[in-house]
Amino acid sequence: MKQKINFILNGEPIEVEIEPHLTLLQLLREKLELNGTKEGCGMGECGACTVLLDGHAINSCIFPALEVEGKKVTTIEGLMDAQGNLHPIQMAFIEYGAIQCGFCTPGMVLSAKALIDENPRPTEEEIRTGIAGNLCRCTGYLQIIQAIKAVTAQR
Amino acid sequence: MKKFDYLKPKTLEEAISLLNQYGEKAALIAGGTDVIVRVKQKTISPEVLISLQGIPGLDEMQYDGSLRIGPMVTHRTIEKSQLIRKEFSALTDAADVLGSVQIRNVATVAGNLCTAAPSADAAPPLLVLGAQLKLKDVKSERTIPIDQFFTGPGQTVLEQGEILTEILIPKPPPNTGSAYWKHQRRQALDLPILGVAVLLSLNKATVTCSDILCTSTPISTVLHSLEEDDLVCKEVRIALGVAAPMPMRAIKAENLLRGKEMSDELLEEVAVMASKEAQPRDSIRGEAWYRREMIKILVKRMVMRCIERVLKPEETIFPLRLW
Repeated sequence: MKQKINFILNGEPIEVEIEPHLTLLQLLREKLELNGTKEGCGMGECGACTVLLDGHAINSCIFPALEVEGKKVTTIEGLMDAQGNLHPIQMAFIEYGAIQCGFCTPGMVLSAKALIDENPRPTEEEIRTGIAGNLCRCTGYLQIIQAIKAVTAQR
Repeated sequence: MKKFDYLKPKTLEEAISLLNQYGEKAALIAGGTDVIVRVKQKTISPEVLISLQGIPGLDEMQYDGSLRIGPMVTHRTIEKSQLIRKEFSALTDAADVLGSVQIRNVATVAGNLCTAAPSADAAPPLLVLGAQLKLKDVKSERTIPIDQFFTGPGQTVLEQGEILTEILIPKPPPNTGSAYWKHQRRQALDLPILGVAVLLSLNKATVTCSDILCTSTPISTVLHSLEEDDLVCKEVRIALGVAAPMPMRAIKAENLLRGKEMSDELLEEVAVMASKEAQPRDSIRGEAWYRREMIKILVKRMVMRCIERVLKPEETIFPLRLW
């Protein structure tokens, strides 16, 4: 039996009616057609599905969709500003070559955002821990860490 | 994924009543990082999930010397608490290394215990911290020491319809340090090959020369240089994860050390005994012989870390993933 939920998605209030067994990832990709968030492992072990819930990074592939009721969800689509400009983190990723195949990137960028919003000047150790939940098969992480460092240095 | 119904009771009593009503058809869900994965893998097939997430107050902690942890407290909350990091360090050590930021933001300490994997990171710390667990069902409430909670891999004494409603950690004795080491292949998103937790209470909190502490000096050298300070172990607890069908205390090893003066020779005996008491098995993350060898090494290192936390509390050993 479907249930209605109301929540804030990328700054806008939204109401959806969904079956109770849906994960947040299914809600985003299949119902709302926001395909920026990716499914890597489906088990919370790779971070490709990372979205922000009230500013905190979570794995949406194992998060019950019904639990976003009344909360704020931020997906990668929500990082652009109103004029359509990329977020500083996204621009840094491009500048530092932190994107190769791009599959880990939405989750990686959001984990970086959660880290920086909470800790504007992280040490390298803190950056590594902050993105440790996001696996990247392509880059070897160095460029990603450089990109995040560059963003924090500007603050 | 197989379909299920999802109920959000507003109170703990309602949750218990629903759990009782649905019986085996229902599973309790807190953070869901274990439950949803197990539903996806078809390990469990509940018709109904009963969520604790909406119930106010369950994500609170109270501290008055002893610490009460509610069933919805996440590992992230533990990780961020400076108080717990200082007073109940072993639990923070586990929270620091469990899963990933994303997992820790959602997964609960109580859920970690109830899934009861032999690898549960929160278990060895709570074993050495002497935690008491409050279990509640429709009829009654009982409090049991965590030592009695696990009965096998993935098995606990939780009866049908019972919920773990609180974890109580008693105030540690004076001059106490605790520590947990997760021996793992990766630095995140990994289960432990072995988990070692120690709690150690000493007879004093200062020594004549503490310069040698919190360095990479070999443990035997450090203990020899502390000989004239006559450090005595007033209390010790040693717990091991992934060394038996469930998280275990190394009781015989503890008995060798309790009440005795700290020395390198004694610590070696204690570590060897802990390794003998363990019942590790061969698994994909390591073989039994390797786990036994690592128990000998890691028990010594964690005892040393406890000593450093008592004698030099303002220092942290950096990098944390040393040795």
